[in-house]
Amino acid sequence: MPKSKSAYSIPTKKQKSETYIFVVWVDNEAGVLARVVGLFSGRGYNIESLAVAEVDAIKNISRITIVTTGTPQVIDQIKLQLTKLVPVHKVAEFKREDKDVIFKEMALFKVVGKKNKIDKCLKACKKFNPVILDETKTSAVIQITALRREIDKMNKKLKPLGLISTSRTGAVAMTRGAKIFN
Amino acid sequence: MPKLFTGAEIVFKCLEDQKVEHIFGYPGGAVLPIYDELKNHPSIKHILVRHEQGAGHAAEGYARSSGKPGVVLVTSGPGATNVVTALTDAYMDSVPLVCISGQVPTHLIGTDAFQECDTTGITRPCTKHNWLVKDINDLSKVMHEAFRVATTGRPGPVLIDIPKDVQFAKTKYKKPNKEKKLNGKIHNKFSQDQIDELLKLLSKAKKPIIYSGGGVINSGPKASQALREFVDLTGFPITSTLQGLGAYPGDDNQFLGMLGMHGTYEANNAMHDCDLLINIGARFDDRITGKIDEFSPNSKKVHIDIDPSSINKIIKVDLAIVGDVTSVISKINKSISKSKNGHSKSNKSNIAKWWEQIEKWREKNSLNFVNSDESIKPQHAVQRLYELTKSKDTYVTTEVGQHQMWAAQHYKFNKPNRWMTSGGLGTMGYGLPAAVGVQIAHPEKLVIDIAGEASVLMTMQEMSTAVQYNLPIKIFILNNQYMGMVRQWQELLHEKNYSESYSEALPDFMKMAEAYGCKGIKADNPSDLDYKIQEMIDYDGPVIFDCHVDPNENCFPMIPSGKPHNQMILGPNDQEDNKIKGKGKALV
Repeated sequence: MPKSKSAYSIPTKKQKSETYIFVVWVDNEAGVLARVVGLFSGRGYNIESLAVAEVDAIKNISRITIVTTGTPQVIDQIKLQLTKLVPVHKVAEFKREDKDVIFKEMALFKVVGKKNKIDKCLKACKKFNPVILDETKTSAVIQITALRREIDKMNKKLKPLGLISTSRTGAVAMTRGAKIFN
Repeated sequence: MPKLFTGAEIVFKCLEDQKVEHIFGYPGGAVLPIYDELKNHPSIKHILVRHEQGAGHAAEGYARSSGKPGVVLVTSGPGATNVVTALTDAYMDSVPLVCISGQVPTHLIGTDAFQECDTTGITRPCTKHNWLVKDINDLSKVMHEAFRVATTGRPGPVLIDIPKDVQFAKTKYKKPNKEKKLNGKIHNKFSQDQIDELLKLLSKAKKPIIYSGGGVINSGPKASQALREFVDLTGFPITSTLQGLGAYPGDDNQFLGMLGMHGTYEANNAMHDCDLLINIGARFDDRITGKIDEFSPNSKKVHIDIDPSSINKIIKVDLAIVGDVTSVISKINKSISKSKNGHSKSNKSNIAKWWEQIEKWREKNSLNFVNSDESIKPQHAVQRLYELTKSKDTYVTTEVGQHQMWAAQHYKFNKPNRWMTSGGLGTMGYGLPAAVGVQIAHPEKLVIDIAGEASVLMTMQEMSTAVQYNLPIKIFILNNQYMGMVRQWQELLHEKNYSESYSEALPDFMKMAEAYGCKGIKADNPSDLDYKIQEMIDYDGPVIFDCHVDPNENCFPMIPSGKPHNQMILGPNDQEDNKIKGKGKALV
């Protein structure tokens, strides 16, 4: 091993990273998103996607859903660090593979082309509850809800069929059955 | 119809209700309404600093020596940005600060107005929480919550940004609520099961060590009391982090000295070889652990901390107890006494062999150095300072660098809250303003800043503050004309390429003292040292002591980077024991 000239330790072997989804309930106040996002960037955590909106107007609570990757130790830290933030009420985290949790993203596809092409697009999207939000003789806006990688796939697939613009949300999550995140 | 108060009045009413006696600050355009109100509140004394960073560090010194939160008042823009270093410092070392900053009027926010900056944006990562108060009706609630956030759980700095128009606006004043729950953020949720598990580990341990940190100090004097009792009950050896010094008496036989990068041979080896490690209020900082993979490889690890995010952050532990040190240790002590039925000293026999081993390590005398009759050795200077001040209840602050480590190694603290140093952030220029704050909190006590000449120049202007308020702080400068720690690293790791670490045009500190209107003392001969130190102690007023020391001295022992605890570099004379002679022998 070469002699280190650093005043700091040398990074040790890394554990395997896995994808996790965090759901965070926060006071809906100025700067709260910056606090959460700043914590991620400041401590070098990843954000793959982010979705945030108010879910309780009376209690003034917003729900933030963050998809992130990290080693088990990092995931543990993210949860504990988030919990420390003053406007954070509750933090839940789960693995992406968790069968008890539904995990969805939404995408809007703008397709420009003749009717037959648009129909082909709709057919391709069949599995993902396609809804036509706008339609003209030469274009359509199609909404689908699916998993991230499915949207990635569709994005590729629709390109030759006239897809000219994609807009997509971050992931949102909900537990299956009667129980809720604790 | 209740009386209406202006925002500025509400600020002071809150400070009065929070029993604030001193604020450290510097006026400016966006806080003038608050400064205007100052005259109406005689119970609150304002200390005018010379730079906002000084205000922050002074408030830190005040808070750490008194246990009360430090309060800072600064203006918008540069006032706020200047205090950022101190806020970050306080955040890293868990010091409760409440910083009030002025802001441009609300209608100008976001327009790049004169002396505007995004203060809450800039200070978000270096405070526990911060608030921009845009509505006068929120002000009293925010002020009270700020004090609560700063002082509860793991303490830390907070900032309240108040636009100038809010300082003028009027509303009703609300008294602080009694003990509101902070989103369940008060962590004192340990169970008897955890205590029982710890007791089991204690009774099984053959090679235990207690490693205590700043959390013990932060938990208050009762925590130190409980810790002493715990160490006495168990008979275990104890070592301390830089921040934890003073929680356990530094001259006690069970104390192994500081651990970590510049810790003692016995403390670090005991950490490495132990079979039970009990961390009380420390955070496994990288200056402590050395190489993580080889950190204390064969031990069961217990971590007692109020901050759950400190648990398993760096080192995986076997038993975590989240709670306030005072309550946890008191509970442990009670349980030990109960389980032992009065025979509290009995398990000391279990660890007799361990103590034998520790005594062997101790014989290395790792803090040892080669003393000289010609030049003052910095370690010798600190030792003499300690000997001449130990009979008094002395408060010591430091800057950052070699002098800081020598102070930590050679000055023995017997009480908590007597040692104020910038550990986490390592802020050069911390010690002088911190000494100002300590002296404000303890006007009758001896306050010494053990300084380096490079560090102290960073905040030297605060001497003016000390003179203004007649604060008899003693600035004891170990002057080696180098940024000593930088030079040491360059010597050991960068082939003696002393790139930019020599200070060419140092000021004449004697003349500087004269210019500030305080006393200057200079020592460059070991034989004069004692009486000059005595002269410094006896002088009733601020003193700058320019102690010229050997510029080539290095700080040992030392764990080189990337090495575990049992691979320390020892000082030059540890290989050649016979070189210590004369006065040095008596000292080490």
